[in-house]
Amino acid sequence: MNKIINDYRILEIKEIISETDTIKTFIFDWEMEGNRIPKPGQFVMVWSFLRKKDEKPMSISKIDENNNQIAITLKNVGEFTNDLHNLTVGDKLGIRGPYGNGFEMEGDNILAIGGGVGMAPISCFVDQATDNGSNVDIVSASVTKNELLFLDRMKNSGANIFTCTDDGTCGFEGFATHRTIDLLESRSYDMAVVCGPEIMMKEIFNILEAKQIPAQYSMERYMKCAMGVCGQCCVDNTGWRICVEGPIFSTEDLKKITEFGKYHRDASGIKETF
Amino acid sequence: MLKTRISGIEFENPLILAAGIMGSTAASMNWILDSGASGVVTKSFSKEPNKGYKNPTTVEVEGGIINAIGLSNPGVSNFKNELKLIKRNRKGTTQENGDKGIDSKIAIGKEISDKIAIASVYGSTPEEFADVVLEVHDLVDMIELNISCPHAMGGCGAAIGQDPNLTYEVVKAAKKLSHVPIIAKLTPNVTDIVEIANSAKNAGADALTLINSLGPGMKIEINTGIPILSNKFGGMSGPAIKPIAVKCVFDVYESCDIPIIGVGGIRDYKDVVEFLYAGSSAVEIGTSIMYEGPKIFSNINNELKNFMVENNFNSIDEIIGFAHKD
Repeated sequence: MNKIINDYRILEIKEIISETDTIKTFIFDWEMEGNRIPKPGQFVMVWSFLRKKDEKPMSISKIDENNNQIAITLKNVGEFTNDLHNLTVGDKLGIRGPYGNGFEMEGDNILAIGGGVGMAPISCFVDQATDNGSNVDIVSASVTKNELLFLDRMKNSGANIFTCTDDGTCGFEGFATHRTIDLLESRSYDMAVVCGPEIMMKEIFNILEAKQIPAQYSMERYMKCAMGVCGQCCVDNTGWRICVEGPIFSTEDLKKITEFGKYHRDASGIKETF
Repeated sequence: MLKTRISGIEFENPLILAAGIMGSTAASMNWILDSGASGVVTKSFSKEPNKGYKNPTTVEVEGGIINAIGLSNPGVSNFKNELKLIKRNRKGTTQENGDKGIDSKIAIGKEISDKIAIASVYGSTPEEFADVVLEVHDLVDMIELNISCPHAMGGCGAAIGQDPNLTYEVVKAAKKLSHVPIIAKLTPNVTDIVEIANSAKNAGADALTLINSLGPGMKIEINTGIPILSNKFGGMSGPAIKPIAVKCVFDVYESCDIPIIGVGGIRDYKDVVEFLYAGSSAVEIGTSIMYEGPKIFSNINNELKNFMVENNFNSIDEIIGFAHKD
């Protein structure tokens, strides 16, 4: 009766990559078996038990089936991520999952848009798409050059990268939205995948919708059980659970999620506007 | 055929969403109602907002889960906005005026709505319970008093429901003010649940919900030696606790003549039939949503109908308490 994905694996951190001043990637050995084989877009629950105990959902940023490894990539934004950033190779974390739905491949001509650490699930999908021989254009956005994620890895995958930075230190000066509008003047795509701050995703949603490009978005909400029971991550107005029906939603799904781009709920359930 | 009644309130079928499961927003509760439940019990809420315990708050074990969410809720003033959006009155209302249906129901008074909203409230004193009841009793059909959560702190939850006198005081305070029927949800973690049930009844409880989660229990991760839940222990729910819940319902049915809502580990129609046989007038379903999703409600309703036809039962009433016949 137990869902095997709900069992914790206590895993040693095999490698830590400092991607930027604020973002690190943690690599773990992972048993690639049955429903534990992750799909790009899925997430794991990461239990930190060494110092301040807590557990948070994290997108999988790399799936390496040949070497039986997965990676998560975290930006240091608060108490929990700061605690994790202070870990070293050999330290252990409890991991369960993978949870939720992954991105679905719907065509060979793909636009992938990642804002900041939102590149984590996007890069994972780009690996899969380029392995399949798809043509992938990436819009990779960040505040400044040093915060752009996975540039070498994405170049090596064979994808075309279009960078943009808020301060213009690398590529286009401006937001992912501007870069996307720019690209769509001369190109079209079968599908798009998007992950980043929700305000960015909302604007990208409007742009892609106007061009009628089917898209899939990775959503984030405060999460507790990740097993579909506690109700913490349910969204208005459908009641869908981000941990089960999400975290990836299509354009059509998102039209029904009325809180998208507007608000989310904190640990007590109080609404906070974006 | 599936209709049942509790304290004058009609339920279109005996399946109700249990407290604490997908009950934090009107949207998720409306999804459950659309999936075939006749009613929903909200997640328990209190006067003030509460963030609950840190993660991990839930861990799966053989036969269910152990949880110590810690009664997180946005506080009654915020939660009232969710209560107003639960789509209760579905008779003759269109989608557009669905929300207004709530107001018209209050105006009409005792008219029975198609779907039943039950607010689960908690506090640490009779006064706190009374305050919350006053805030919400015009927005719901019934109120379930959570005096049984096994991982609550500060005198809440089972600290009340394990004491016959405190149980009496809290139920009495809530009943005195409430416009709607009061249900006391009891803990199985007592020497004699019948004694507590009678305290609740004597204080005026209109019905009982049996049982809250069992234990508390604990799961220790063996590579680290660390209890997984941040609270270390939590309430056990799921199929493993069902036989204990059925026995509690059976015992209370024999000695306490107010309606019982059975809850604990229900996963299919056979479990529902057992609870009805033991003496429940309706049941609540929670943890099994983890296995089946919201569609568990319509699935069980269909299976239950088939069972009734095959066994010549014409109504739920005929099934209730069947196991007590000699």
